[in-house]
Amino acid sequence: MCKNEEICRACDWTMDSMKQGLRTSGLVLIVAVMAVAEVPSAIAIKDAHVVTVSGADLPKATVLLRDGLIQDVGPNLAIPADAWVIDGTGLTVYPGFIDGLSTWGIPGAAATPARTAAGVAPTPAPKPAATPSASEEPPRHGPEDRPQNHSFERAADMVTPSDQRLAAARAAGFTTAATFPNQGIFEGLGAMIDLAGARGRDMVVAQPIGQQILFRVSGFGRSGFPNSLMGNIAYVRQLFLDLNQYKEAQQMYEAHPAGNRRLEYDHDLEGLAESPRLLLPADEEQQIDRILSLGRELKHPFVLYGLHEAYKRVDELKQAKVPALISLKWPEKPKDADPSDIPNYRDLSMRQQAPAVPGMLAKAGVSFAFYSDGLDTAPDLKKAVKKAVDAGLSRADAIRALTLSAAQIYGVSDRLGSIEKGKIANLVVMKGDAFEDKTTVEYLFVDGTEFEPSKDLQKPPANKEREQKPAAAEGDTN
Amino acid sequence: MRRGISIGCLLALLAACACAQTTLIRNATVLTVTKGTIENGSVLIENGKIAAIGKNVSAPADATVVDATGKYLMPGIIDCHSHTAIEGGVNEGTVSDSSMVNIKDVIDPTDINIYRGLAGGLTISNVLHGSANAIGGQTIVVKLRWGKSAQEMIMQGAKPGIKFALGENPKRQGYPGSFFSAAPVERRYPGTRMGVEEVIRESFTEAKNYQAEWKEYNERVARGEHPIPPRRDLRLEPLVEVLEGKRYVHAHCYRSDEILMLLRVADEMGFKIRTLQHALEGYKVAKEIAEHGAGASTFSDWWSYKIEAYDATPYNVAIMMRHGVVVSVNSDSDELQRHLNLEAAKSMRYGDLTEDQALALVTINPAKQLGIDDQVGSIEVGKSADLVLFDQHPLSNYSKALKVWIDGHEYFDRERDLENRPKFDQRKKELLDKETANPKPAVPSK
Repeated sequence: MCKNEEICRACDWTMDSMKQGLRTSGLVLIVAVMAVAEVPSAIAIKDAHVVTVSGADLPKATVLLRDGLIQDVGPNLAIPADAWVIDGTGLTVYPGFIDGLSTWGIPGAAATPARTAAGVAPTPAPKPAATPSASEEPPRHGPEDRPQNHSFERAADMVTPSDQRLAAARAAGFTTAATFPNQGIFEGLGAMIDLAGARGRDMVVAQPIGQQILFRVSGFGRSGFPNSLMGNIAYVRQLFLDLNQYKEAQQMYEAHPAGNRRLEYDHDLEGLAESPRLLLPADEEQQIDRILSLGRELKHPFVLYGLHEAYKRVDELKQAKVPALISLKWPEKPKDADPSDIPNYRDLSMRQQAPAVPGMLAKAGVSFAFYSDGLDTAPDLKKAVKKAVDAGLSRADAIRALTLSAAQIYGVSDRLGSIEKGKIANLVVMKGDAFEDKTTVEYLFVDGTEFEPSKDLQKPPANKEREQKPAAAEGDTN
Repeated sequence: MRRGISIGCLLALLAACACAQTTLIRNATVLTVTKGTIENGSVLIENGKIAAIGKNVSAPADATVVDATGKYLMPGIIDCHSHTAIEGGVNEGTVSDSSMVNIKDVIDPTDINIYRGLAGGLTISNVLHGSANAIGGQTIVVKLRWGKSAQEMIMQGAKPGIKFALGENPKRQGYPGSFFSAAPVERRYPGTRMGVEEVIRESFTEAKNYQAEWKEYNERVARGEHPIPPRRDLRLEPLVEVLEGKRYVHAHCYRSDEILMLLRVADEMGFKIRTLQHALEGYKVAKEIAEHGAGASTFSDWWSYKIEAYDATPYNVAIMMRHGVVVSVNSDSDELQRHLNLEAAKSMRYGDLTEDQALALVTINPAKQLGIDDQVGSIEVGKSADLVLFDQHPLSNYSKALKVWIDGHEYFDRERDLENRPKFDQRKKELLDKETANPKPAVPSK
């Protein structure tokens, strides 16, 4: 692809090292990282169509990357002598895509199922050797026992570049993800991560970025509070009351320690206190109403996720000024549905209309981003966004939802989400328009490091029966 | 309103058309329940209230006139025991006292059973937590305003409640193992009727301590001290409200001995039982129930479906009533709630109730039990226009609800429903065809 043979060779060599580094572990990885350091620190993508998102589209411009940052962007930039040059003729440069709510980077975490986003999800079955699950804990008798509470755990401490789903995500144009541990009701503190790095800690762009809450029930044959949606809601409400009391008591104690008993340190509440925003599940119309009202009651900034039936609540979302994370796992006819079953009217409507939600929210001016929700192959992700575009979302708004809007929702638009001078060099370079069948991701930059995603990962599997998803070896959904 | 196409939405739009307007229902047999029956009577609805009742009621020129010649108008039916429209579980049965959970949080206004209830003349439901534990969740009274949001369905001015349960259901969790699976289940206290009593006494003792703790805190603050604020406890707050008379207790019970137990515990702790739910052996202790001032909400003629329901009689309603207990007949079921008028009629066969007494079992009596009889439950001037028009006498097996109004809005119209069915079928067919024509678009299948 590169016109300049020297660069091409250098690229190949780097890529090989990188791939090897990702495939193998430990020492080799470190060697590979050291090797990257020898790569010239500047890259120029010239004569490309640049979709900056924050500003005007530049039909023919150069993007200059240096030291992992976007050094400059514009037409007729002088290309420094030390820069590698990529000829962008016929290519389009977008900001790297951001998964608005993800488990990418945490190999053990399966994604949140979409349809249960605001109903009640079953507590995942215990995994023998993995982290201790809720079922192995003693039964909990109420909110005061803090069942399924991981509020203080940090995605930033869990992410690893060895998650095999990262390659597939990059092949779909994703450079970044708002990653949350998928565990319990209070899931833990999320992190905005870049989808490549030598070590987990190198991937973390910002943290904590929020606390995801998912309603879960313990199910038949299991015990322990909560085992109903109302139990989950009461639990969340009680914890926020506890948090308020904790803060108030702390202030009171700090001001008047004499004569008052000292306070117990409570890491569950510390985790909540540290959450800049809550991610609350709401998929269907009544759930959106319910969670909007709960969110207001908690007096904590919040974001909704799910939103498949939001076509009935556009005005309410607009009025509430609450950002939305829309699941890309559109409701569909179940694969193994009984052919004699006639689906109910509401499910049918949802299957038809859910992909229209993004377009409707865009027109109404509601801030929204997309999230992968268990989709983790490039063709699936591309098709899912395309479905929203076909249902009325403009391509520009789709790109914005995947980039700047996601960054804004998490308060990191000062460093991510658009092609602007000084921002992190997360870019995706495509041949063709984004989301089209024939479009390919030619290059991808994460923190300025170049990747050439495998074309195999971008193609739908050849078999009718879908082959083993290469990226879903671990943490497959459901 | 940006609503998509679905049955719910269409009905919502139709409901929205029935705006708050002046309506005259003319020439009906008006069953007021509390003030007798008016043949060839008319009822005028203005601003959602009943404005006039009588033989000669004149209406303004712009009023919608419903000719009800040969038809029967009665107050909207009220169900004192319902589990309709609860999303995500009726029970938080994992703990013996789950008073922190609230049915109000999980009302699902899209539950089709709301509409089906309306079609049987039901207008108000007391939506209760299940009976898995001694002290269950907080309860809420809803008006079946189909097409509206959960918030809009909640009846203003109705006191919230809390569910208690005695006997087999709450103690069932005490058995080892699960009925449904071989996997061992954590035993949950209590396993006996004694334990149920103890849970209630224990929780109210805690609630009194909690009340005292806050009282002391507020007094210390008032004295200018700087105490650490106590923790707010969502489990105990509703129980304090019960003690303060701000929340009703609706207690699931069967046997006479445990009914007496509950009444004594309540007297001892200083609160009132508002209704005994089911109370199939209430007839044995009707005097004591009346003395406590509790109401009883029972079944018409359903019994022997469990051990503690063996010693029941369909004369229960009549016996309790004649001892001065306010009695209602409830559904406890999505199906029964669609014909509570017929459930009420059974008491005429068993116990010789008059027509008005029978109708009262599903109108003014449950209204009294829920503390809303100043607003609803009978056809009287000034009350909310919650009305049902039947084609025949509602105590007849052949009767069908034709129209239902809540606060003067028409929420159900049988003719319109029948008219719209082919349209809904057509829309559904279109959606199905569309899906079949374009299968699974988001998953590549090449």
